[in-house]
Amino acid sequence: MKINFKINGKAVSVDVDADTPLLWVVRDELKLKATKYGCGRAMCGACSLHVDGELTRSCSFPVKFAEGKEVTTLEGLSPNEEELHPVQQAWMEENVPQCGYCQPGFMMAAAKLIKEIDNPSTEDIKANISNICRCGTHPRIIKAIKRAAQIQQSKTSSL
Amino acid sequence: MNNMRHKKPLLVLLIMATVFFICNTTESPAITEGDPQKALEAFATISKVLRSPRCINCHPSDNVPRVGDDSHEHLFGVVRGAADHNGPVQKCATCHQNENNAYTRIPGAPHWGLAPIGMGWQGLSDAQLGQTLLDTSRNGNRSPEALVEHMSHDALVLWAWDPGEGRTPPPVPLDEFRAALQTWLENGATVPE
Repeated sequence: MKINFKINGKAVSVDVDADTPLLWVVRDELKLKATKYGCGRAMCGACSLHVDGELTRSCSFPVKFAEGKEVTTLEGLSPNEEELHPVQQAWMEENVPQCGYCQPGFMMAAAKLIKEIDNPSTEDIKANISNICRCGTHPRIIKAIKRAAQIQQSKTSSL
Repeated sequence: MNNMRHKKPLLVLLIMATVFFICNTTESPAITEGDPQKALEAFATISKVLRSPRCINCHPSDNVPRVGDDSHEHLFGVVRGAADHNGPVQKCATCHQNENNAYTRIPGAPHWGLAPIGMGWQGLSDAQLGQTLLDTSRNGNRSPEALVEHMSHDALVLWAWDPGEGRTPPPVPLDEFRAALQTWLENGATVPE
């Protein structure tokens, strides 16, 4: 079945089984490898991306539901290759990843978080992101999200 | 003669009002007096469904959705949120789509989410449950007819009878549940005191 949607601003058409998880379409058909397979049960958050701006577990999202929608992965988070998204910049500044496997999912959740809550507290972060990092980088993730919020605010105020 | 001409519009209005009144009163109301005992028996059947995990898990009296046949609290810090769909970042639809997912076994149905706090059913007696159902200030301003329509046909309600692997449907078959709703409505929508 042909399914048409946009990914990172680019229109695509894929011919796959309509129930294929969006995760596998993104990784295997569209060759965008940032989005990761973790638990396969929509629990760990490694497969998180945005569908029409909403945080979505792509392992539990049949691609048929993406028809006509805008999908954003970590590859499309920044507006262009010269400019980093505040979350990407903060992740580098705080040197967040250890093994790095879960980080794309965390970063997509973080991007949604600072969009919804522009100055998040530690409690806001803990209450709104349930992703799992088995390396235990959560303290650095919390610092990075707060830093990302600052970067976002400074960019907004300098406009 | 002149006097009659002035009265004619009044006469027409009177006839129209009478016709309107007759039309509205001859339309048989959905709720009749009926047999209160029959209504109470039907309510007992309805109550069995509403108290099943498939229904009550998303009608908590607090702010935490329940999960599974044992109605344990939802993991991952999922809560009611401002709009009954969890928080602004992770929403119900982050994981739950419009249908059950056979691959991840995540349940799904249209407008997946919690019922409003006013429709929390946990811990209620039959009388309280009945009063809550009929209270238009809590039930989304639904008349008994609208309530029966909702419970008979809403896609999220019907999901209860197709909940996917590992989840037990309500103890009353859907056709019997619908028949009980109709009996309850036709016999005055009486609830226990």
